[in-house]
Amino acid sequence: MSQEEPGRWRVFVDSTRCIGSGICAGAAPTHFVVVDGLSRPVEERIDPVEAVLDAAESCPMEAIIVSDVEGGRIAPEP
Amino acid sequence: MTRSRVVSQRTGLPARRAVDEREPPPVTDTSQATTPQRYPFSAPHRLDVDPRYAQLRREEPLIRIRLPFGEPAWLATRYADVRTVLADPRFSRAASVGRDQPRNTPLQPDEGILAMDPPEHTRLRRLVAKAFTARRVEELRPRTRAVAEELVDGMLAAGPPADLVAHLATPLPIRVICDLLGVPVADQDRFRTWSEAIVSTTSLSPDTIRSYVDQLMGYMAGLIAQRRVTPTDDLIGAMVRARDENADRLTEEEVVQLAAGLLAAGHETTVTQIPNMVYVLLTEEGGWERLRAEPDLVPKAVEELMRFIPLGATAAFPRYAVEDVELGGVLVRAGEPVVVSVHSANRDESVFTDPERLDLGREVNPHLGFGHGVHHCIGAQLARMELQVVLETLLRRTPGLRLAVPPSELTWKSGLLVRGLTAMPVRW
Ligand code: SF4
Repeated sequence: MSQEEPGRWRVFVDSTRCIGSGICAGAAPTHFVVVDGLSRPVEERIDPVEAVLDAAESCPMEAIIVSDVEGGRIAPEP
Repeated sequence: MTRSRVVSQRTGLPARRAVDEREPPPVTDTSQATTPQRYPFSAPHRLDVDPRYAQLRREEPLIRIRLPFGEPAWLATRYADVRTVLADPRFSRAASVGRDQPRNTPLQPDEGILAMDPPEHTRLRRLVAKAFTARRVEELRPRTRAVAEELVDGMLAAGPPADLVAHLATPLPIRVICDLLGVPVADQDRFRTWSEAIVSTTSLSPDTIRSYVDQLMGYMAGLIAQRRVTPTDDLIGAMVRARDENADRLTEEEVVQLAAGLLAAGHETTVTQIPNMVYVLLTEEGGWERLRAEPDLVPKAVEELMRFIPLGATAAFPRYAVEDVELGGVLVRAGEPVVVSVHSANRDESVFTDPERLDLGREVNPHLGFGHGVHHCIGAQLARMELQVVLETLLRRTPGLRLAVPPSELTWKSGLLVRGLTAMPVRW
């Protein structure tokens, strides 16, 4: 599941920014889980899916970074 | 990195202690059996928290209650259960549509984004979320500081004594949200009157509530129509562009409702919370004097005040279970509504050390004052910034701040979803 195939995405949550609001886990429950007040991705390498972009764009701290496997930023938009 | 970001991360950092170690009662299925208690348990008195919550957290964390209107509901009082109800997708706001919702007015609510679940909710929230990120809010801080200075100048010129509600607490959030949205401040007499409808329980008649909501929507529809003629760079302008580019994803009504909701919620709550915060600081031990001695505590103090102040006067926005869920030792059946007490959660002794004490330097403070889950207050970062700026400005300009009347002579609003002061005469 976690091979570096082109077209897949990387999901990262910056724990120094996350305030544990639970917005991402609510918006994309199969992709984020809040543990001890901090969000983390359920899987770090995923097939592209809109819900993860929604979560990244909805995070008030911009703590969720979605990038392609080469590291190019997909979300959030600057 | 700015101070507020560092602190809000830290204060948001909960809570290994959040795991509730009290013995859960054995699971019972009592939804049909017990008579629901009337809720709220008591009329709000100042900012007091009814002692029954502490007892319920200990003994009966989920009980049956009945609000003035609608069907009976479960009430959750423990921190962990409240978080579950607010964040777990098994509890739905969308499922409330068409039900006889537990509520505080005879009107059936028409709440727009607050009555949606993901992905519909996310589609709409995404439209405006960008404007409320910590980063964008920081850009508004210098201007907010300038507004606060100017308003405090006015207050100092008018007194002492002077009314902090009229001179500072009311105009500041209105100016900030108007700038952000692109609403003319000059229209405030009108939209302020109408906005009360969104927080009214009994202060306005049902007919007046309906009429004010309609007028607020009509006013916002007018501002939106203007932007189709003359595009603007403000948030309403951005919403209009997004709507016109994605007409298949957003209806005009959704955009109008969302913009009106941001205008009304964007000031009603902060306008009310500023005097509440100052009141607590001036009347609780470890309040103003401590903050004056340690002004660097302001960001943490704001978090602690958000925890400590029971802003809500009653319960609202019930979540409906979409499947059977075991919660707080009972079985909540699919289709049953649950409401939460955020104040009770914020005083849960399994999460907060010495929860009845105001501790402006509290280190671990994962309070739920801005809610939790997908409906977590979109204006949370904006409100934090405004509240920090107000306290910093008052500390600097009026270090000798005190109430100009005994606390017992202050008058409190009633008939609203929120608790707050009608006026706050102060000296300095
Ligand atoms: S939305 Fe952002 S701040 Fe909230 S829990 Fe997710 S990552 Fe953390």
